[in-house]
Amino acid sequence: MSKKISGSDGIKDFISDSFNNINKGNLEALVVIGIKTRGEFLGKRLVSMIKDKTGKSVHFGTLDITLYRDDFKNNKAWPQLQKTEIPIDIEDKDVLLVDDVINTGRTARAAINSIMDFGRPSSVKLAVLVDRGNRELPIQPDFVGIKIETSKDEIVNVFIHEVDKKEEVEVIKSNGV
Amino acid sequence: MAFNRKNILSLNELTQGEIETILDTAESMKEVSSRDVKKVPALKGITVVNLFLEPSTRTRSSFEIAEKRLSADVLNFSSSQSSIVKGESLVDTAKNLEAMGATIIVIRHSMSGAPFVLAREINSSVINAGDGSHEHPSQALIDLFTIRQIKGGIKGLNVLIVGDILNSRVARSDIFGFLKLGANVRIVGPGSIVPKYFEDLGVQIFYSLEESLVDVDVVIMLRVQAERKSLEFFPSLREYSKFYGLNKDKLKIAKKDVTVMHPGPINRGVELSSEIANDPKSVILDQVSNGIAIRMAMLYLVSTGDKH
Repeated sequence: MSKKISGSDGIKDFISDSFNNINKGNLEALVVIGIKTRGEFLGKRLVSMIKDKTGKSVHFGTLDITLYRDDFKNNKAWPQLQKTEIPIDIEDKDVLLVDDVINTGRTARAAINSIMDFGRPSSVKLAVLVDRGNRELPIQPDFVGIKIETSKDEIVNVFIHEVDKKEEVEVIKSNGV
Repeated sequence: MAFNRKNILSLNELTQGEIETILDTAESMKEVSSRDVKKVPALKGITVVNLFLEPSTRTRSSFEIAEKRLSADVLNFSSSQSSIVKGESLVDTAKNLEAMGATIIVIRHSMSGAPFVLAREINSSVINAGDGSHEHPSQALIDLFTIRQIKGGIKGLNVLIVGDILNSRVARSDIFGFLKLGANVRIVGPGSIVPKYFEDLGVQIFYSLEESLVDVDVVIMLRVQAERKSLEFFPSLREYSKFYGLNKDKLKIAKKDVTVMHPGPINRGVELSSEIANDPKSVILDQVSNGIAIRMAMLYLVSTGDKH
């Protein structure tokens, strides 16, 4: 059975809270990087909010972390490799990684490793729409939209308009699914 | 789409979907080669053996670079250095390499079918890097990838393969690959090296280069393979070059935006005039750089999932 946690309001609030947080810093040095697939679109929304509210265009890139995963040898359902596009040199920049869900922290770990291969940013921050707990690594997001307690056998689904034609966050009990 | 194969031995056995998965994966791999640090940890801890029992510079170096960009441990073997000269059989050599922890064996062999024998006998993944006059899957995948990038797709293109079809492993792989992705394939050359029975594969056969070039989008020139006895099949190189060598004038018969390919190494002045080899219409060096991305994709896809 599935339980709706949030609709489009939660996603909107997350984008504007993230904006308020980063607007305190130096926007010139900011590079927003969306983690594929849904983090890309959340990141894009943040970038366009920055443009609307301040008139500034911040740099934007996307990251596919598949080649940096640590469950390479036993993952049976292998996701299609997608393109990483980081259009500028991130040396001495403030990188903000954007993703939809943080769970074990392993995706964030892979993303940080991947970013480091592109250069040495002066800082890396992480914004996630949903923090569902269950961390297996010492990694905490800097900005969180929705914080919920889940168990490992539950599944958190984020639907966003660009991919799924609707805006919703739901939790599914995986027994019987 | 998931890629469930442990080995990549021929394009004949791959489905259209599997070929497209390899090409799509190579698109992502190309980005890695454009970075300052050209390395990702995907194959960390995996040992790849390049078992090249026939001379090769391009293919072996390209596989080796691909392996290193994916962080694999690489072991290179050539026939002169290996125990094969002491009389060890291919399967025994491979079993020994496997016992040392080789996860993937990339094999080049002068006998058609050698990679298939190996794949049957060992548990490691086997990638065919060219077997006799049978197939050269990575080269055909490069050709498909390069043409897809230039023309935006393969379906409906008129593709002409010129030269020693009989002895060429590139020709066979290209024929299977281009046909599977929906192109029309023609072959042309002297009757002695363009066998009639290739019609059964679904290609059109020509004996006049000029006639075969009409309306063509892609020309794939094959090398005259002196080491594989091409020369026994026609009177002289000069005669071959006169009838089947490609030059500027003959190329005018093809479509205006025709693309010329050659798997290398080129015999300048024989199958390809120097002015064509250096012409922007020819994408020979693009083929070489795309080769790394394709081979990264092949290595990556055979190691994903629960195969070993």
